Amino acid sequence: MNRNTKINILLVVIVVALAVLPLALGLGDHKDEPFTGADAQAETAITEIEPDYEPWFTPLYEPPSGEVESALFALQAAIGAGVLAYYFGLRRGRRQGAERARAQEAAPAGSATDAEDARARTEDTRSRTEQV
Amino acid sequence: MHIAEGFLPPAHAIAWGVASAPFVVHGVRSLTREVKEHPESTLLLGASGAFTFVLSALKIPSVTGSCSHPTGTGLGAILFRPPIMAVLGTITLLFQALLLAHGGLTTLGANVFSMAIIGPWAGYAVYKLLKRYEAPLMVAVFFGAFVADLSTYCVTSVQLALAFPDPGSGFLGALGKFGGIFAVTQIPLAVSEGLLTVLVMRLLVQSSKGELTRLGVLLQSKRQQPRTEKTATSEKPEAPEAPEKPEKSETGASA
Repeated sequence: MNRNTKINILLVVIVVALAVLPLALGLGDHKDEPFTGADAQAETAITEIEPDYEPWFTPLYEPPSGEVESALFALQAAIGAGVLAYYFGLRRGRRQGAERARAQEAAPAGSATDAEDARARTEDTRSRTEQV
Repeated sequence: MHIAEGFLPPAHAIAWGVASAPFVVHGVRSLTREVKEHPESTLLLGASGAFTFVLSALKIPSVTGSCSHPTGTGLGAILFRPPIMAVLGTITLLFQALLLAHGGLTTLGANVFSMAIIGPWAGYAVYKLLKRYEAPLMVAVFFGAFVADLSTYCVTSVQLALAFPDPGSGFLGALGKFGGIFAVTQIPLAVSEGLLTVLVMRLLVQSSKGELTRLGVLLQSKRQQPRTEKTATSEKPEAPEAPEKPEKSETGASA
């Protein structure tokens, strides 16, 4: 594993730790309902400050249950993750394709079919020109 | 940071809508211009929007014992400048308001103002400032994303405190109350968002060097130049000056 990958994995581990630690350490135990959403708490705070306040508009569509709501949230995350994965996959594929094409161009016609071999050979020529 | 549907008095809802509208209109113009002039950036634009989509769907536990979500707007602001994030953020907020009953149409203006306007601009300002003082790219990216996230929640706290000042302690008392709910909860999440943005930026540096250079995130790479020179010379050893010339003019044009 190279250094780049290690750093990337470390970043993910820290993010996961930041999310899991509050749960593991029981930081929500002092509340009646631990780990509710901050948005909902703000609504409660509003009704505490102004007990008479009535929301004057209701959502056009409301998910009928918590399950449906979490499904829609998962859908949102899935769409985002899918697009991101498509982007990075496409980039990686294009880069590999370009590398292969370059290697084939540089190699003699006979062995051009073996891209791996040809790439190694260009690297070899590169290092030789460096020495020159 | 989503103020729920109907939870801002009409006057406030309209005022925030009026404040946000010009930014979004300007953002739509910037976006169409970017796509027209650089069709190749459409993919990365999509990826930036997707990042916001993912992050704002994840409600993550925080040290205060409640849950909140990152915004993901820092990345796009750093890559494409804040106006474009005004559009991408608004799309995300609309999706959540219409399908998830999260946020709302009457509070869309206020939510757009915090998440799609102030957040990206504040993050972008910090990123630019750090880069001016020659901070390493990833340090600037981390703090840019961190500030974009946290400032969004601070703005939400201000918006709610303005609408619902505490009867005893007034605006400041309410600000303390809402700030305690939003801003404090958000600090570890903003750290997470900063780290995730750094992660994505690292992957982009690996995969999309050319694009990042065009967008001005990366400087004309020094490592890439000699490599193209080398391959060029190994192909045409008899004319080593030829490939050098266009490269020099390229650097001149972009400088």
